[in-house]
Amino acid sequence: MQYLLLCCFDEDRWRKIAESEREHIMREYGEFQQHLSASGQYRAGAKLGSSQTATTLREQAGKPVITDGPFAETKEQLGGYHLIDCANLDEAIAIARRIPTLRAGGVVEVRPVEFGHPT
Amino acid sequence: MRDVPDAVVDIAERIDGIYRTESRRIFATLIRLLGDFDIAEEALSDAFRAALEHWPRDGVPANPSAWLVSTGRFKAIDGIRRRARFDSLDDRIDEVEAIADESIRFGGDGIEDDRLRLIFTCCHPALSPDAQVALTLREVCGLTTEAIAQAFLTAAPTLAQRIVRAKGKIRDARIPYEVPAPNELPARLDSVLRVIYLVFNEGYSASSGPALTRVDLSAEAIRLGRLLVALLPDPEATGLLALMLLQESRRTARTSPDGEIVLLDEQDRSRWDGTLIAEGSALVGEALASSTFGPYTLQAALASVHANAKRTEDTDWERIVGLYDVLLRIEPSPVVELNRAVGVAMRDGPRAGLALVDAILERGDLRDYHLAHAARADLCRRAGDRDAARESYARALALAKQEPERRLLERRLAELRDDIR
Repeated sequence: MQYLLLCCFDEDRWRKIAESEREHIMREYGEFQQHLSASGQYRAGAKLGSSQTATTLREQAGKPVITDGPFAETKEQLGGYHLIDCANLDEAIAIARRIPTLRAGGVVEVRPVEFGHPT
Repeated sequence: MRDVPDAVVDIAERIDGIYRTESRRIFATLIRLLGDFDIAEEALSDAFRAALEHWPRDGVPANPSAWLVSTGRFKAIDGIRRRARFDSLDDRIDEVEAIADESIRFGGDGIEDDRLRLIFTCCHPALSPDAQVALTLREVCGLTTEAIAQAFLTAAPTLAQRIVRAKGKIRDARIPYEVPAPNELPARLDSVLRVIYLVFNEGYSASSGPALTRVDLSAEAIRLGRLLVALLPDPEATGLLALMLLQESRRTARTSPDGEIVLLDEQDRSRWDGTLIAEGSALVGEALASSTFGPYTLQAALASVHANAKRTEDTDWERIVGLYDVLLRIEPSPVVELNRAVGVAMRDGPRAGLALVDAILERGDLRDYHLAHAARADLCRRAGDRDAARESYARALALAKQEPERRLLERRLAELRDDIR
């Protein structure tokens, strides 16, 4: 079963973390990524541009409305994702728990994929 | 004129008895075999219906539970196959076909594990705490939705929805039906213990209300606690069971005939249940003997010290404070600090306890906690500072929400006024 791991972080908080600590976390993230790929459970993933690079699209009175910024003004913003394939929620959670940004205050949402479209 | 032969009546009674004692166990196994709560529930009813039909003719089988599991499973698979012919979108057929070939593991270990699986699944942290409680009472304890709703003073449809959503989450997010791996066990067990203790406290502090129609939640919690300890001999599980038994032992002494609160130091200890105290105390000893006991065990140990004091004056306050010291190290909290301060006051005098309580309040903790002000008031009163006592009782009264507690605080205030005359 596929799960999408949505990695969120308070961008202000991230900026305030010391450079050396941020580098340390990113190094660990690299290792995490390697293990995940090697496990055969990895399907896709990406680090996203900051929320400042986001553009949001809605429709109002039949017309598209384009605005600057993410769709929700929350403290934690989506920073990246991993699409994984594993047996059940506990396995997905076990993988998600190893995401290094959690230690520094990150939040990971684990969402089951109802049905996907193979590439 | 007898319409129904004695044999049938006897068998029906026998089946009734089996339902009462075994149905939860059989249900847990059916969930494992069929992979779905609702299918398993239907299978359970079908199995018992079949028993009512066949056993009068064929006799009661040597292993009734095995027969019921086997029959329930067969009927469920049969039902799914038949539905699949009409509804080709039912993709469960593949999973069930796979399960159908699996041998049935039950008897002894198999069934015991299944009930443990069920408990851990119902208490999975991915479910909301409310859902964990509702699901556990429904699926593990077998209470009806109506009984659970009534016990928690919730509307039945609300509770039914909560359970439906929980089962949906289990299915859609694929929460596995398993006992957690050893490295996950402590955290997952925490969740289970929390649910059980929540249910116990719901029953413990509930006012009488329509008492006869409300299910005894404390009894259910204790039953759950016993089942857990039987299936998983863990020190904290043992500690929680001990705690519940010891608190339950004081039930009748906690309220006066008028329904007023009677505090620990004023309770008629002859009304404490000696059997529960003996059992609880023994379990505390067991749990403390291990190296992995935790907060529940320590709270039980505290309760045990009180329970084994013939009179308030006989309480070993040194031991009480010592236990709070340990509890504070493993689970620091202002409330525990407060309770420790009360113990210190009993051991060293009210002023010693007062200094500790004031330190907590000055820090900014527990300012809105009525029991902190009530404790402070009590210590001031005992130290002879009646003005301070009055002020703190008033503060406590302003914060207290439950009627029996409010009446107690009002009584204390009245006593202080009477003292002056």
